[in-house]
Amino acid sequence: MSALISVRDLTRVFDVSKPWLNRVIERLPRALLTAVSDVSFDVPENSVYALVGESGSGKSTIGKIIVGLVPPSAGSVEIEGVDLATETDAKKIEAVRDDIQMIFQDPFASLNPRWRVRDIIEEPVAAKGGKTNGLAEKLLEQVGLSAADAGKYPHEFSGGQRQRICIARALASEPRIIVCDEPTSALDVSVQSQVLNLMSDLREDLGLTYLFISHDLTVVQHMADVIGVLYLGRLVEEAPRDKLFNDPKHPYTQMLFDAAPKMDAFGREVDPPKGEIPDAINPPPGCAFHPRCPLATERCKTERPEMRHIGDTRVACHHAE
Amino acid sequence: MSDTPAPAPQSRLRRAWNSDFAWSFRHAPVAIISSFVVLVLILAAVLAPLIAPHDPFNPATLNLMNGFTPPGQANAFTGDTFLLGTDDQGRDVFSTILYGMRISLFVGFAAVMLAMVIGVTLGLLAGYLGGWVESIIMRVADVQLTFPAILVAMLIFGIAKGITPPEYRDQMAIWVLILAIGLSDWVQFARVVRGATLVEKSKEYVQAARLIGRSPFAIMLRHILPNVLNPVLVIATISLALAIIAEATLSFLGVGAPPTKPSLGTLIRIGQEFMFSGEWWILFFPALALLALALSINLLGDWLRDALNPRLR
Repeated sequence: MSALISVRDLTRVFDVSKPWLNRVIERLPRALLTAVSDVSFDVPENSVYALVGESGSGKSTIGKIIVGLVPPSAGSVEIEGVDLATETDAKKIEAVRDDIQMIFQDPFASLNPRWRVRDIIEEPVAAKGGKTNGLAEKLLEQVGLSAADAGKYPHEFSGGQRQRICIARALASEPRIIVCDEPTSALDVSVQSQVLNLMSDLREDLGLTYLFISHDLTVVQHMADVIGVLYLGRLVEEAPRDKLFNDPKHPYTQMLFDAAPKMDAFGREVDPPKGEIPDAINPPPGCAFHPRCPLATERCKTERPEMRHIGDTRVACHHAE
Repeated sequence: MSDTPAPAPQSRLRRAWNSDFAWSFRHAPVAIISSFVVLVLILAAVLAPLIAPHDPFNPATLNLMNGFTPPGQANAFTGDTFLLGTDDQGRDVFSTILYGMRISLFVGFAAVMLAMVIGVTLGLLAGYLGGWVESIIMRVADVQLTFPAILVAMLIFGIAKGITPPEYRDQMAIWVLILAIGLSDWVQFARVVRGATLVEKSKEYVQAARLIGRSPFAIMLRHILPNVLNPVLVIATISLALAIIAEATLSFLGVGAPPTKPSLGTLIRIGQEFMFSGEWWILFFPALALLALALSINLLGDWLRDALNPRLR
């Protein structure tokens, strides 16, 4: 299988400095926040690649770079061999834009409150002058709502129903890839599973590829084929799902699994993870995880670990075996 | 599963009557009274040629002997009675008020429309594009806000008067007034729209539209504009009252509507010349009309602000 999305050495730096005058008067340096740092991975066709990490680990930024909402500072993202940030052929950009869609985190902010559901769903097609006869009704039924809902406004729906509308909109341009940015984190647990099952069914029926961004390990375990773990904008471990859950290599991944609440562990005290995710403006030298790592040595404080292959797993740690 | 009958589909009118907005209107006596007053005044102004007993702008129908007739009393020479009396030239005060309100309202509406178009456009551009576009627009707005609006309007009025040929001045006076008030009032709109645009811009539906390759102008016009209109409506209403007062102020100062086409402000200026000689009605009734108009529009705007504020729901 060839890679549908291929991300190479992706880096994104945000300038979060104070305004120029404040910097001059208060003698502050420029503040540069490295949200994503040298991330590389491939997403094969018809698979689900999940990015997990704490808040601030850069997972949403990667999603936004991939769909073209945010330009990368360095590195590249190629979708079907086209780099949206550098490609100049308008036809190719158009084709890729049709092939990649996104589902957002907050279903209450991702639908324009002044538009009817029909117009919202058909916009990706209508904006390009395509034919939309009955498209919204067909898609609404496909995501488990009724065709009569097309004439309503978003405020008439619940969170789960809104997320279904978002999915219907994402499907309108018949994409091959859907980037899902925490699609269920704003929903009730009971609704979460319905939406996740819908997404799994659609993937099988339509042969979709998902890039799934989440902080919820149970959701990821349910959905993903391959999981990449992010820490402070760096990919620290990548492995097939079962491999990662059974045999995590990176100490950060192990810490995440230990911290996740488990149904069979009621009453048992769990040590909370030590420390906080460091400041991304002044990241620690060497391995970004060394201040919290139980295995850290002198080498970890000076030398940034490269991605190494151990079996199916790729891991960025000096000590992993 | 219970078999509750589905609610019958409601007609458009029924739905509007049951909406939150209509509910809040029905429960605000101030809003009902003030909208009634505004409606009556606007209707009276629009239908002035039909309602007014005299045409105050047609010198042929004026009788100088009717000058200074007190309200409701017969004139000593001609025996004519006038509801609200007459001014020095024998013009019926009631009719001049109706015609004056026409000009006041027209100038007010047109000036607010102008200010709204300029302010909303610049506010959208500043909020959505950001960067140097925003810096330039908002700094100009800040600087203009440091001058009193009436002073800016007088400046614009003065410049415009200077460049129009004298024979057109009276005809152009109304348009110059509109331009002057409109240009001095756009800042409010721009600031509010910019703020609302910044909020909307960060919402995910805007990102979804960017994602499919919609142009910035399509996003501003079709996605953001409908969502920032609520505060614009509120400011437009309150600005209308302010614009009418600004017009009256300018006319009172003698730089607004000419005496041949008097607005309420011009009528008040004419009237105050006779205030101390006992002919109080020439000043009093135009001033009362201005007060009723501006106050009820303002109260309506206040209610609108509360009714459209989601935090007060």
